[in-house]
Amino acid sequence: MNVAMDPWARLRAATPARIGLGRSGCAQPLQAQLAFQLAHARARDAVHAAVDWDAVAETLPGASVRVRSQAEGRADYLKRPDLGRRLAEGAALDVGNPPDVVLVIADGLSAAAVAASGAAVARAVMGALPELSFGPVVLAEQSRVAIGDEIGHRLGARLVVLLVGERPGLTVADSLGAYVTYAPRVGRRDSERNCVSNIHGQGGLSAEAAARTIAWLVRAALDRGLTGTGLKDASLARGAEAGQLEP
Amino acid sequence: MTVYSTTLGGEVFRFDGLARLMAAATPERSGDQLAGIAAGSAVERVAAQVALAEVPLRAFLDEPLVPYEADEVTRMILDTHDVAAFAPVAGMTVGGFRDWLLSERVLPDRLARLAKGVTPEMAAAVSKLMRNRDLIAVARKCRVQTAFRTTLGLPGRMGSRLQPNHPADDLAGIAAATLDGLLYGVGDAVIGVNPASDSVATATELLHMLDGLRDRHGIPAQTCVLTHVTNTLEMIEAGAPVDLVFQSVAGTQAANDGFGVTLAMLEEARQAALSLGRGTVGQNVMYLETGQGSALSAGAHHGVDQQTLEARAQAVARHIDPLIVNTVVGFIGPEYLYDGKQILRAGLEDHFTGKLMGLPMGVDVCYTNHAEADQDDMDVLMTCLGTAGVHFLIAVPGADDVMLNYQSLAFHDIAYMRETMGLRAAPEYEAWLEAVGLVEDGRLLPEGAAARRLLAS
Repeated sequence: MNVAMDPWARLRAATPARIGLGRSGCAQPLQAQLAFQLAHARARDAVHAAVDWDAVAETLPGASVRVRSQAEGRADYLKRPDLGRRLAEGAALDVGNPPDVVLVIADGLSAAAVAASGAAVARAVMGALPELSFGPVVLAEQSRVAIGDEIGHRLGARLVVLLVGERPGLTVADSLGAYVTYAPRVGRRDSERNCVSNIHGQGGLSAEAAARTIAWLVRAALDRGLTGTGLKDASLARGAEAGQLEP
Repeated sequence: MTVYSTTLGGEVFRFDGLARLMAAATPERSGDQLAGIAAGSAVERVAAQVALAEVPLRAFLDEPLVPYEADEVTRMILDTHDVAAFAPVAGMTVGGFRDWLLSERVLPDRLARLAKGVTPEMAAAVSKLMRNRDLIAVARKCRVQTAFRTTLGLPGRMGSRLQPNHPADDLAGIAAATLDGLLYGVGDAVIGVNPASDSVATATELLHMLDGLRDRHGIPAQTCVLTHVTNTLEMIEAGAPVDLVFQSVAGTQAANDGFGVTLAMLEEARQAALSLGRGTVGQNVMYLETGQGSALSAGAHHGVDQQTLEARAQAVARHIDPLIVNTVVGFIGPEYLYDGKQILRAGLEDHFTGKLMGLPMGVDVCYTNHAEADQDDMDVLMTCLGTAGVHFLIAVPGADDVMLNYQSLAFHDIAYMRETMGLRAAPEYEAWLEAVGLVEDGRLLPEGAAARRLLAS
């Protein structure tokens, strides 16, 4: 339909918002209602699905280890963010020499994000930083951003890069975020991390573009000995410094 | 510290202090469990409610839950307490107060006279002894009227905020969403946009665009860019067309520190907005937002339950004579309100305590994708709030906020509320809706020529 026939066409081009839906009485037309339900269903499934960690491990270039947080299932994880930030008792993390960087992939709030781009971003980050040693990639279940602090500290890494499924929206349910934390240890504040968010295939950052930004942050952090608000990235890609909430 | 105890079936329950008792008496919610202050069992919760019913209302004046010396919100609450207004209920217990509020003898004028005698702690305490239906019944008897370019809170009317957010603050995109909302008669409480950017320059551009649109169409409504109070002060000083000053507030001084705001800053901003004299039918220039869980998330809860802290945030809002106040009830996430049941309860509590204290109380009926809730839960909450006489509700295109990434109500839902419950827009706004041909006798007309004219303009 052209603009003359549909006055909404011009306006729709200006916003991703659900405008000009029309109405059935005071309700949304059925088609719009079902489109909304589908988007919400995708977001719900992304939150509640379990990551197929074996599939993630298979597409990584090197070894990986599996850990889980103290949260005992999804409901516990959603209600108790504190538990998702700490490793379960007895987590096996004996991996030999301390690496420069430890890469963690955490499910966070979107299994779909980890499935879609977790391994791809991890590969791209390792490829973008050939001069640094990475230990095995740590795959962390029922885990939030801060669990990387404990993992990094246990492994004696200089820095942790944690990839995490972001809270799904109706438009994008599989967006991945990356958090870079220098000198990880339990108790690091969110202001001591740098974040690259909106890594996804629907107009977000590609795995390669995200890896370039992450690599820049890692080198700058190791060079200056800090991450967080003190480390500003002049070359950041768009969206990288949007202050996304920790999932 | 006073120790409270109850014996139920031979078992003794002990609560050390009023804060502990209040937390244990609170209907179940994840935020109090996360804070480690919730009742340990369903029976312990009832035991706390039994004990709370016997507590004199005066106890809340004598035993502050957050220390007077350490907290300016406590000082404001106690120093501005209206003893004369409190007198009719001064001899009551919390349980007696519950029965009194529900009594058919207690009519709107008595509740209006009482409002400034009710502290947030008293309002929260009595709500813990009330069911959802009680919260609705009493809130409905509380009449609160405010005005700027529209008059809000009149009987039989329900206001609405038009929230036209855009992920990149695109002016054309925000204008498009605003036009969409106008076609449903939304926007009489405020046309208010949350900017994605924190920059004063962007906020100023948005403000000029909204003010221009309002002026061009002759819309009798107020506009607002919901940026930090210090940004709004800067805009006022630079001569931008500021109608309302917005700020998120919390119930403790430490949590307000987290928002970067003090009572003095709010008053300074209010005076600055008043000096512009932009209101036509009233001069309420403040818009405040609150929400259960903000103090715990800032690590500033003093062992007090999240609903009592929410009522204290409302006392902060009351102190600065607002046009509108709303709770963003389901926005904060399942670690504070886990599911639709908890969101429903909290929404009705927040509305009740606000109204009882004399606030122009609205609600953002909303949830996030990781909460156990969906649009059906929102339907129930909004319908209950319509019955309870809510001051205003918030709506976005298709219930999907594409900037803040959560679900609120749709513009359609405001139309549903008005059509189904016989509620009308603010009178000044309704007159404009009739003049442009969108509404007749208070009812939204089928889509037609008026919509096409607005879209073409």
